[in-house]
Amino acid sequence: MSRTVFSVFLGILLTAAGAFAAEPIKIGALFAVTGPAAFLGEPERNTAQMVVDEINKGGGIKGRKLELVVYDTQGDSTKAVQAATRLIKEDNVVAIIGPSTTGDSMAVIPVVEKAKIPMVSCAAGMKITDPVKKWVFKTAQNDTLAVEKIYEHLKKRKVSRVAILTVSDSFGSSGREQLKAQAAKFGIQILVDDTYGPKDTDMTSQLTKVRGTQAEALICWGTNPGPAVIARNAKQLGLKMPLYMSHGVSSKKFIELAGDAAEGIMIPSGRVIVADLLPKSDKQKKSLMAFVKDYQNHYRKEGDHFGGHAWDAVMLLKGAIEKGGATPDGIRNQLEKTRNFAGIGGIFNYSPADHAGLTKDAFVLVEIKKGDWVLVK
Amino acid sequence: MEFAQQLLQYLVSGFSTGAIYALIGLGFAIIYNATGIINFAQGEFVMLGGMLTLFFLNVARFGMIPSIILAILVATLCGVVFNRLAIKPLKKPSPLNLVIITIGGSILMRGLAMLIWDKDTHAVPAFSGSEPLDLAGATILPQHLWIFGITILAIAGNKFFFYYTISGRAMRACSYNSRAASLVGIAVERMVLFSFLLSSALGAVAGIIVAPLTMTSYDVGVMLGLKGFCAAIIGGMSSGIGTVLGGIILGILEALGAGLISSGYKDAIAFIILLLILFVRPQGLFRKAETERV
Repeated sequence: MSRTVFSVFLGILLTAAGAFAAEPIKIGALFAVTGPAAFLGEPERNTAQMVVDEINKGGGIKGRKLELVVYDTQGDSTKAVQAATRLIKEDNVVAIIGPSTTGDSMAVIPVVEKAKIPMVSCAAGMKITDPVKKWVFKTAQNDTLAVEKIYEHLKKRKVSRVAILTVSDSFGSSGREQLKAQAAKFGIQILVDDTYGPKDTDMTSQLTKVRGTQAEALICWGTNPGPAVIARNAKQLGLKMPLYMSHGVSSKKFIELAGDAAEGIMIPSGRVIVADLLPKSDKQKKSLMAFVKDYQNHYRKEGDHFGGHAWDAVMLLKGAIEKGGATPDGIRNQLEKTRNFAGIGGIFNYSPADHAGLTKDAFVLVEIKKGDWVLVK
Repeated sequence: MEFAQQLLQYLVSGFSTGAIYALIGLGFAIIYNATGIINFAQGEFVMLGGMLTLFFLNVARFGMIPSIILAILVATLCGVVFNRLAIKPLKKPSPLNLVIITIGGSILMRGLAMLIWDKDTHAVPAFSGSEPLDLAGATILPQHLWIFGITILAIAGNKFFFYYTISGRAMRACSYNSRAASLVGIAVERMVLFSFLLSSALGAVAGIIVAPLTMTSYDVGVMLGLKGFCAAIIGGMSSGIGTVLGGIILGILEALGAGLISSGYKDAIAFIILLLILFVRPQGLFRKAETERV
């Protein structure tokens, strides 16, 4: 009995002490740290933790520290929904960062909408914020923007006949849809529309078909390793037309896999990989350099786009909390008023009609030259 | 002319992928011929070949040739260990048990590879450059020549081993009737072990020479293993020319299918052929029904 009394006392004492030091602001995070989407979730988790630590080191937000509660969704929608419910009901978070994938995000949306908790997704799918949902924002660039960037460049080069080769998974089919939907707007005609399997090891057949047509450029939409195989096959066949890849391969890994065959390939990409090449006048340069340097110091690895999505999400929340206070309502309203926030993914301008906040300028076109990135003007 | 040239490229591409399937299929056939087991873990030895080479090359920093030799040795050792730990302890092995055990073994090996290395895909340098060679308008890579060469060597070696050496003949005897073989003094268990040794080594060799083309990752064995299995089934599980023809037919049909119809059907083509053969000619395309002989 006396022990119970003692622990109750201790509990009261501790709570009181906590109250004196101003309670931390709890932010939830849902990332696919393990499982098939771990290449997204891991850098996102690392980055979010890093940024939160930095903010706390600098004294927190208005004297209150941030506390990040991270759950692993394993890229599984059911687990994502469970974790989201837990964050809201048990951890009482004021906002949620993530999830990492479009599937997880779509599954979690009804939960946060019902609980009225703002969420900043790190996934790319357009349908997350289209149509606009009151409590849902996102930081990753839409596929549409990458397509626009490529088509714009083709138009500038007066190329109108293209072949597209997309991977037969959700990333590829979303790209394929956008490539087809936007073609007419840029006066582009798709002569060959072909696909390949994510595990295929030889695409010479598809490329031979492309070679036999009037196509003037090839656009390939996929994530590693498929596009690297295509680059190598294209070199083997001596394909002369310029090759465009998607932002799905804008990492050094692609150059490593494709080797010599990567030479001359053009990719629409977020600015992270070319942070040091950007002119000083670039508005994002400061954020980018800070992120790249921090990540290198913390994890001895190059920071990438995916980490960047989490960086943007945490910093956007920080800005909203500074202005609107640490309540779900305040955060949501301030997020929606975000203007000209120069983050990693681009310059964000949220509005009641747009919760994605980016334009095609979020992408730059890079070319691979001598095994490194070069900005295409 | 244009079309003829396209067709030629499809055939050449199909032939070169087919040779890869054939080489992997041979591994299936060898174990099957010596033991009657279909070793579904065969694809994982292909993966081990590629990943181990990469490991010795990049982490242990050996040269290309020592890396390859070490990779074959380690993969072979894995095959032997797999046989000792998973296959040999079985008291009364039924085909279903064996199938499930080999599938389980393959999942285990894949999981371990993912934990030991990582989930990324890795490039392996080509043996002799990557400048394409021109064949009357169609192109192949020098690495394809290595694949052709090694496949031919593997068939010739197999033929010689199974027909002209005591051990090879003993292994064949075991496959026809293991009880009778043991009665005439053949150590059946040793022969089974030997067949695992041989096929895991062959799998690793296949994995190593295809890695510069297909790249390698912890899960590369799944699809390559299945395609190799198809090749072996088409060829009637022969450890010689049958499986090789099976692989090449498969490769060419895939390439033609992807080029002329739609690449969406590429894998479907392989598996439809597999099912058709299993229904219509379970003894394979080239083999006369052998049941009469036994």
